[in-house]
Amino acid sequence: MDVTRRGFLTISGAVGSGIALSSLGINLNPTKAYANELNKMNRVRTAKQVTTVCCYCAVGCGLICSVDKVTGKIFNIEGDPDHPVNEGSLCAKGAGFFDLTEANKYRLRKVLYRAPKSDRWEEKDWNWAFARIARLVKDTRDKDFITTNSKGQIVNRTESIGHLGSSNVDSEECWLMSVISRAMGLVYVDHQARV
Amino acid sequence: MTNHWIDLQHSDCILIMGSNAAEHHPIAFKWMLRGKEKNGTRLIHVDPRFTRTSARCDYHVPLRSGTDIAFLGGMINYILSSDKYFKDYVVNYTNASFIVAEDFGFNDGLFTGYDKDKKKYNKETWVFEKDFSGNPKKDPSLNHPRCVFQLLKKHYSRYTLEKASSITGVSKEDLMKVYTDYGSTGTGTRAGTICYALGWTHHSTGTQNIRTMAMIQLLLGNIGICGGGVNALRGEPNVQGSTDHCILYGNLPGYLKMPQASHVSLEKYLKKYTPVTNDPQSPNYYQNYPKFYVSFLKSLFDDKGTPENEFGYSWMPKLDDGVPYSLMHLFDAMYKGTVKGLFSVGTDPAVSSPNANKVRKALEKLDWLVSANIFDNETCSFWKGPGVDPKKIKTECFLLPASASMEKEGSQTNSGRWVQWKYKAAEAPGEAIPVGEMFIKIIGAVQTLYAKEGGINSEPILNFKCDYHDRSGNFVALEAAKQINGYFLRDTVIKDKVFKKGQLVPTFGMLQDDGSTCSGNWLMAGSFTAGGENNMTKRGKDDPTGLGLYPNWTWAWPVNRRILYNRASCDINGRPYNPKRKLLEWTGEKWVGDVPDGGWAPMADKQNGKYPFIMKADGVGSLFGPGMAEGPFSEHYEPYESPLSKNPLSSQLNNPALHVFDNDMDQTASGSEKFPYVCTTYSCTEHWCSGALTRWQAWLLEMQPEAYIEISENLAQEKGIKNGERVKVSSARGFVKCVAMVTKRFRPFLVEGRTVHQVGLPFNYGWLFPEDGGDSANILTPSVGDANTHCPEYKAFMVNVTKV
Amino acid sequence: MKGSEIVQLIDTTLCTACRGCQVACKQWNENPGLRTKNWGSYQNPPDLGWNTWTLVRFQEYVDSKGTLKWLFRKDGCMHCTDAACVKVCPSGALYHTEFGTVGLNSSLCIGCKECIAACPFDVPRYHQETDKVLKCDFCYNRLKGNELPACVKSCPTGALSIGRKDAMIEKAYRRVKQLGGDANVYGDKFVGGTHLIYVLGEKPEVYDKLPTRPAVPLTIIAWKDWLKPLSLIASGGVVVGAFLHYLTHGPKDTGGDGDQTDQGGGK
Repeated sequence: MDVTRRGFLTISGAVGSGIALSSLGINLNPTKAYANELNKMNRVRTAKQVTTVCCYCAVGCGLICSVDKVTGKIFNIEGDPDHPVNEGSLCAKGAGFFDLTEANKYRLRKVLYRAPKSDRWEEKDWNWAFARIARLVKDTRDKDFITTNSKGQIVNRTESIGHLGSSNVDSEECWLMSVISRAMGLVYVDHQARV
Repeated sequence: MTNHWIDLQHSDCILIMGSNAAEHHPIAFKWMLRGKEKNGTRLIHVDPRFTRTSARCDYHVPLRSGTDIAFLGGMINYILSSDKYFKDYVVNYTNASFIVAEDFGFNDGLFTGYDKDKKKYNKETWVFEKDFSGNPKKDPSLNHPRCVFQLLKKHYSRYTLEKASSITGVSKEDLMKVYTDYGSTGTGTRAGTICYALGWTHHSTGTQNIRTMAMIQLLLGNIGICGGGVNALRGEPNVQGSTDHCILYGNLPGYLKMPQASHVSLEKYLKKYTPVTNDPQSPNYYQNYPKFYVSFLKSLFDDKGTPENEFGYSWMPKLDDGVPYSLMHLFDAMYKGTVKGLFSVGTDPAVSSPNANKVRKALEKLDWLVSANIFDNETCSFWKGPGVDPKKIKTECFLLPASASMEKEGSQTNSGRWVQWKYKAAEAPGEAIPVGEMFIKIIGAVQTLYAKEGGINSEPILNFKCDYHDRSGNFVALEAAKQINGYFLRDTVIKDKVFKKGQLVPTFGMLQDDGSTCSGNWLMAGSFTAGGENNMTKRGKDDPTGLGLYPNWTWAWPVNRRILYNRASCDINGRPYNPKRKLLEWTGEKWVGDVPDGGWAPMADKQNGKYPFIMKADGVGSLFGPGMAEGPFSEHYEPYESPLSKNPLSSQLNNPALHVFDNDMDQTASGSEKFPYVCTTYSCTEHWCSGALTRWQAWLLEMQPEAYIEISENLAQEKGIKNGERVKVSSARGFVKCVAMVTKRFRPFLVEGRTVHQVGLPFNYGWLFPEDGGDSANILTPSVGDANTHCPEYKAFMVNVTKV
Repeated sequence: MKGSEIVQLIDTTLCTACRGCQVACKQWNENPGLRTKNWGSYQNPPDLGWNTWTLVRFQEYVDSKGTLKWLFRKDGCMHCTDAACVKVCPSGALYHTEFGTVGLNSSLCIGCKECIAACPFDVPRYHQETDKVLKCDFCYNRLKGNELPACVKSCPTGALSIGRKDAMIEKAYRRVKQLGGDANVYGDKFVGGTHLIYVLGEKPEVYDKLPTRPAVPLTIIAWKDWLKPLSLIASGGVVVGAFLHYLTHGPKDTGGDGDQTDQGGGK
């Protein structure tokens, strides 16, 4: 018997009582109660399993997030054994995918604004930010808008606003950025595919 | 990729060149290794440095950075002079037999038509002779002295073993070893593939590096076949999707062209980009260009785009003819003060762009900067960077918290063109939202202002369709995905089949140029069924061909085709060249296997048959490629910064069509004693790109904690540098300090009779985090780019290394 | 016991040092990453630690033919049949599981460090803050749940696999035969056979930190068979254990967090 079968053999059936013991985050305490260690497997079994795709290179490995049904938090992420490309396996970055979730204390959680000549970020709300950004976009665009070029040809563009990014957001988001930039008249439009 | 990850195992010989596959695509490398273990695939790694990839290949061949064309040119010479090419394929499926115009020529590093002042070619002579019906003249015997095949032979005969060895620093024995191994795939039953990545694109001759290999693949009959192809191992999760949707200055979604100023009307624009052919056997699929473009405009402006207003064509921005607006041009314009506002989404150009000091200075000149990301980075926080006084920076900065990949629904396209749907697993922390939501809210707020106040050319803003949200304003990716796929805008009958208004378009073959369909990106038409089923969510594991195509696992563009140009895997009668790896076969009535590149009969059928390269106007692969900026054949030129002051092959030292930036921060130093060592940059398995995501992760940072430079034992001894000591690395543009990793894995090269040292350092670090981790390697790199794409030359420039 | 014995085979000739295993281990076991320095090597942390139960070692090596090789070896607990650590553990924290692997019940660990001194492979590590010793437990919880250990599951290339002992040993020898040259199987011939065996591409003495003749120290056999029964009669074993440790090993510093930048090794 060479155990080659990967993954969650049975996902059905509630086992044990290890659910919701800890809600999120990497537990830095290496000496959890032994019973709890054993229960991690049970937590995975009773969790909601959600498939996703790795966010690093473009191999596109499949992953499964185990989500605690009570807290709604992800507590474990592993390779998707059914995925035909990675077959459950992951490299160092993929294996550490969990550290990109809310558990990472460095994740940005608030809208931050830095006023001209200020030396710090301040927290703002979304509505304020969208309104302010829209104001800046409109003023910059209207001020420098190029209707015709030096040859008198209609070009309807703005060279005073640029857009960069991104190859690490979803396709639907890429499409929106690509077309919204053009609707606003931007021509300096580029992203990581160039570099 | 023309092929896909799983297919790599079917190759008989894989050339990994310009890629460090095991480190940057570990799971892709699994398939190569599986080929090696199970199918006897020969794995060859050609790279300046011995890496984790080299460790698992059959052998490693070190080559001096920036000399790939000399290496590959020698291979073309070997293939042609030793008759290793696949003649049946070359004659039928490439333009080898086409006769080139009489006044075309090449002399001392330059092709005909070069304008020295403009640093540009006039391509009038880079054309074929035409017959009476307007089609290229051909000589299928390949003997005509001006046929592409003979010109090719003549051009690359200059790339002798001695010359190639002297330029590249590769021994003649090693060159021959690679040439014979790889050249052995020029038969119908053997497959060779190339796996490249940034190691080929990051050069001032990047596009020609890839083209040279594409020519080799055509000569060996390796394109369109199982285990073959030209495979770019792309390095970001959705770089295929972001490229397909063309967040690129020169293209619109689906690789449609950005209109230029001289295209004064829709009609003129469409005429320019709709190719014509007089050859009835050429499918010339881009004849459908108007359908794709009009459907694209309809996806933006819906019923506001009408035939009367050219579907909104005139509202759209136009580029000045021939003027590039790439990343390097953007920062140059910003440095000069033209660009005043910047959106920087999921990117960190203050670390990742070449000549980072210039980029950082340019950012200081902005009026405003909107960044969106999941972590802070050196771009968002440039105003508090090293040596920057925040009190002097006027820029208004926004840092918008974004949802991470697993916190939102949507699709990601992998390098094999599989468009994979992923689901939302959890809520994003705090107030973070998806980037898509930010953008529909920003354009919504801009629309509100224009509606209230009016403004210049407000139509494209006010008429922009942007309802991809639920009642609470949350972004709904599925709605955007349907818009991208496209749908019928009125009841339509196609081949007796009725499609109702609002029904999704099941394939791009059904798109129309009269405004009756919309499609945000024609390539994605078919990602849904007409019934509305999302093909991107599929998880079927059936494998009818046994070749790992998995046609029911997600969906691949175009039209779920898993291997591009697959009709070329069969002879002109539709019989597979390799019956053991039968990708496709013509039954006499239809193709069986992968989704064929068009359902027409094979080309031996003069009535109904078509050529296999359906996206090319003449239907065949281009050995002679006049579309390139610096020549229809490739030629070795030294990197812009080189250890040599003379090109060993000609009087033309650098790529003659290069665009060079010349302001005060664009210093370069070639052939200089001050900067004697060739340097390259790269990533590592443990970090990703600028490190903007991975440096914040303790597990990954623990393994690669800080910036380092790899140098050979010989150079270390010469400079008195011990392993683990700190050193200063400097170029004409700046310096960084980092740890020296003295290694056997870099060795000096013998180039033109003298010793040339090469060093390399990763580009994964930046000043913001970790605090003592070192700064960006791109402080060293020049803002010099490829002549076709303006992709920066990160992989070959000159530095000095000294003890700190 | 024999029929259910599980062995992990590490085929070093298939390893690409992607270190998926190193991170997967930390993810599953919730061990933190600590701040390290670049010490002139890819190998980091430089050594196993209380938070690093499996570590990929990197080593540049030029063979007798002058060919440059970069050797990668996943290091960690060997899960010996004749496990010195289990023999010396006074509290029962270390024990043999039904799979033949060496489990660790941290709640029973009293931090005496006897196992550290006894291990011929230098595997168990002490964590000062909690006064516990830590090491790989072969993902006992996952095995119990009929799931592959985290490291094995993450491995892309098949360098790591598990299976029944006899099948794995057979597989290892088959592979060695196929590889030829200096390739050899490491682990099945000593300390009663380990439950983690290597296929090595080079002779064992080539590899950093890999003992060529690992054995349970004689003094420990003495302890196990003669003194331990006595000590249990006495006060909890710890005092006697510490005394025996001093007697047999001298005043050796067995741990703490240590300065990781001082460690030697390859790159």
